[in-house]
Amino acid sequence: MGRFWSLLFLMVPILGVLCFVWAMAGFWPMQNHWLPENIGGADAHAIDGLFLFILGLTGVIFVATGLVFFWFLWKYDAAVTTEPVKYFHGSHQLEVIWSIIPAAALLFIAIFQMSVWANTKIKRPELSPGVARPALAEITGRQFEWRIRYAGKDGIIGTEDDVFKVNDLHLPINEDVVLLIKSQDVLHSFFLPHLRVKQDVVPGMQQFVWFQAKRPGTYDIVCAELCGWGHYKMRGRFVVQNRAEFDKWLEQAWQEQEVSSFALPAGE
Amino acid sequence: MSTTAIQPHGSHGHSGSHGMGVGEFVRTYVFSLDHKIIGLQFLFSTLLWFLVGGLLALGIRWQLAYPWHDMPVIGRMLFSAEGGQISPEFYTTLFTMHATVMIFFVIIPILAGAFGNYLIPLMIGADDMAFPTLNMLSYWFMWPAFFFIGMSFLWPPYGAGGGWTSYPPLSVVWDAAPGSHWPQTLWLLGVTCVGISSMLGSVNYMTTIIQMRAPGLTMFRLPLTIWAMFITAILQAFALPVLTAAGFMQLTDRTLGTGFFLPEGLVVNNSLPATGGGQPILWQHLFWFYSHPAVYIMILPAMGMVSDIIACFARKPIFGYKPMVYSISGIAGLGFIVWGHHMFVSGMNPFLGMTFMVSTMMIALPSAVKVFNWLGTIWGGKIQFTTPMLFALSFVSMFIIGGLSGIFMAATPVDIFIHDTYFIVAHFHYVLFAGTAMAVFGSIYFWFPKMFGRMMDESLGKVHFFLTFLFLNGTFFTMHILGAVGFPRRLADPYDYETFRHLLPMNQFMTWCAIGMVATQVIFAFNFIRSIFFGQIVGRNPWGANSLEWMAPSPPGHGNFDFQPIVYRGPYEYGSPEVDTDFYPQTQPPPADPAKRYKDPHH
Repeated sequence: MGRFWSLLFLMVPILGVLCFVWAMAGFWPMQNHWLPENIGGADAHAIDGLFLFILGLTGVIFVATGLVFFWFLWKYDAAVTTEPVKYFHGSHQLEVIWSIIPAAALLFIAIFQMSVWANTKIKRPELSPGVARPALAEITGRQFEWRIRYAGKDGIIGTEDDVFKVNDLHLPINEDVVLLIKSQDVLHSFFLPHLRVKQDVVPGMQQFVWFQAKRPGTYDIVCAELCGWGHYKMRGRFVVQNRAEFDKWLEQAWQEQEVSSFALPAGE
Repeated sequence: MSTTAIQPHGSHGHSGSHGMGVGEFVRTYVFSLDHKIIGLQFLFSTLLWFLVGGLLALGIRWQLAYPWHDMPVIGRMLFSAEGGQISPEFYTTLFTMHATVMIFFVIIPILAGAFGNYLIPLMIGADDMAFPTLNMLSYWFMWPAFFFIGMSFLWPPYGAGGGWTSYPPLSVVWDAAPGSHWPQTLWLLGVTCVGISSMLGSVNYMTTIIQMRAPGLTMFRLPLTIWAMFITAILQAFALPVLTAAGFMQLTDRTLGTGFFLPEGLVVNNSLPATGGGQPILWQHLFWFYSHPAVYIMILPAMGMVSDIIACFARKPIFGYKPMVYSISGIAGLGFIVWGHHMFVSGMNPFLGMTFMVSTMMIALPSAVKVFNWLGTIWGGKIQFTTPMLFALSFVSMFIIGGLSGIFMAATPVDIFIHDTYFIVAHFHYVLFAGTAMAVFGSIYFWFPKMFGRMMDESLGKVHFFLTFLFLNGTFFTMHILGAVGFPRRLADPYDYETFRHLLPMNQFMTWCAIGMVATQVIFAFNFIRSIFFGQIVGRNPWGANSLEWMAPSPPGHGNFDFQPIVYRGPYEYGSPEVDTDFYPQTQPPPADPAKRYKDPHH
């Protein structure tokens, strides 16, 4: 039976790799079972690149250790092997080697990725040196919807010309977009899978996310942090369009916005 | 190295039984001070909860494969009001309670409570724990926890739904979630009681291992199981107070109107505005300061037990004993400074994310060293493919997957994308189910003969292993693929999103694998129960193992040993040239003739 069990363990690296390759190639029945279309800028592509780099590196270790594991089981099966048991307690040299090499590799990954992290979470885009790019819109998570407030014509959030929308985010293409995100009630997470953007929103805090969208189309806004029973239906959409269309849409939204009911009646 | 000689039997006030009365029965089997009985009480309780947790998982899987379809047969029994359908509220309860039950009521108590209790005194040659009454209390504090968690299911509106991480404000504001009324409070009380139980246990384990080792049993002659239990106990003792304190803070936020975790003026679902200027993220720091070390509490004992099983059935000394000890310690030490990797996208300062990323990367190193040492152990051995060995080998094979997938989420930029997706779910199920739970199965098969004096059936055991192994990979490996698409966790109906709509067939495949996996455990339950009564009777040492517990009778009586064990060497002297047998018990004196003694060429 030792042969059978050895082969069973050999199946782990073989089927594991096959499963990933199948999904990456998109063969039936696993079409689109891989990273969703990446419509983001350099940072979003860097995240995918890092994912694939780590996948390659861990894949090699996965296959190598899996094959070694199989080979030892196959060769030293008590029912088959004729060699006497090798009586020894380990090797100092080997321990040093297999500590230093992984340590170096892990440290390399850790340092290698820091610039990507800095670009996505720390270095907010600037209009000119020292002047942070203002937010295009303020997005407020709320059980169970995304309330969106565009800066409007003056480019400032919180003024009279702001445009209000729910779950309907429009973005100009090929531009640095900065969004101000916050929460009105519980934790939510603002997740744009196609842009590799995710940030929890926390009541009492405000945060910024930034990215570039490079392809026109309509995509999902996902809530990724448990926010209550309706978490699953907290779905928004975002539309990427060129600047002219975006401006036109915003203008039209402003025109359609019913503001008369907000005006104070005379005498108050 | 100081060791304490074993006290004579009955020194803790429990004497042998002749003609057992009711009081005697209660003292022997219910409120028992005997570490073996307490260990078995933990084992039976946690196995029952294992069943509950598994069935809850099937509820989650059903909804993901057949959203809003009536659950066949049991649906109408459980939720007739909804016509047998899983409501979104109940779905949040399902995943909250699945995780809570599996972590706090199965894995932690089965490793520390069941195996820790049963094995520590036996493997160090002691007659019992240092504090038997404390030990009994550590089990009986589980019962208020069982009661509170049980009530949180039964008390309207039926089940806490704040996730097992219980993040505020969702978990704090009374009206934020339908299940967050009394059930959430009961949930907090339940988890706190589990914490007290673990705390009592950990104090006992540390003292026992330091003070009560048999003569000759130095620290570096301890089996790795004991080392792992020792380090785990330290982790629990230092990390648990933080969770307990945080739990009480959340409790007062919920019930007394304090505001540790609520920002000023917060209104959720038309609740009254909150007072106090608290911070929701504070809870996350406190929670993960315990719960990340808890991840190691949930794997280190499994690693120790797997090391013992692998050395025994490879019939060869463990490769790199001291590096194994150091790597256990290294994992535990680093485990205290990596909690922030659960919070990379939480709103925590991104600079802090960088430091947590480096420490998290480095924790992969001692884990890798352990894997290499296991590979070194089977190299050049004579491997016996027994049921415990198969489970232990599968632990190594599966831990490689779970360990490597951890590197993805340690990488902060990658974590931005995969955080809160099924990639994470795949990762921790590979570590906790494919790793720890498989090690627990292996350990049950391995130590069953010691516990009950009978063998479990090997053929049934192998069928159980084979099917569990297949189904678990079918269920969990595919989760990596879902994660790569960005498929989020905790959504009652992810197919509302166009991005994820096409993933339904794969989820159905996973659900059928999960059903198969749970069904397979019937084989285990049958084998376990039948073997207690009808298994083949065995002697003291059926596997030809070296460590001290195998020198005691099977099952050991009160006081464990019928002789005073004296230890001459470490527990992994398999295949030693000093003796004719391929094992060399720790208590067997070395050959009288010095010429026959083995000289290590390296020393």
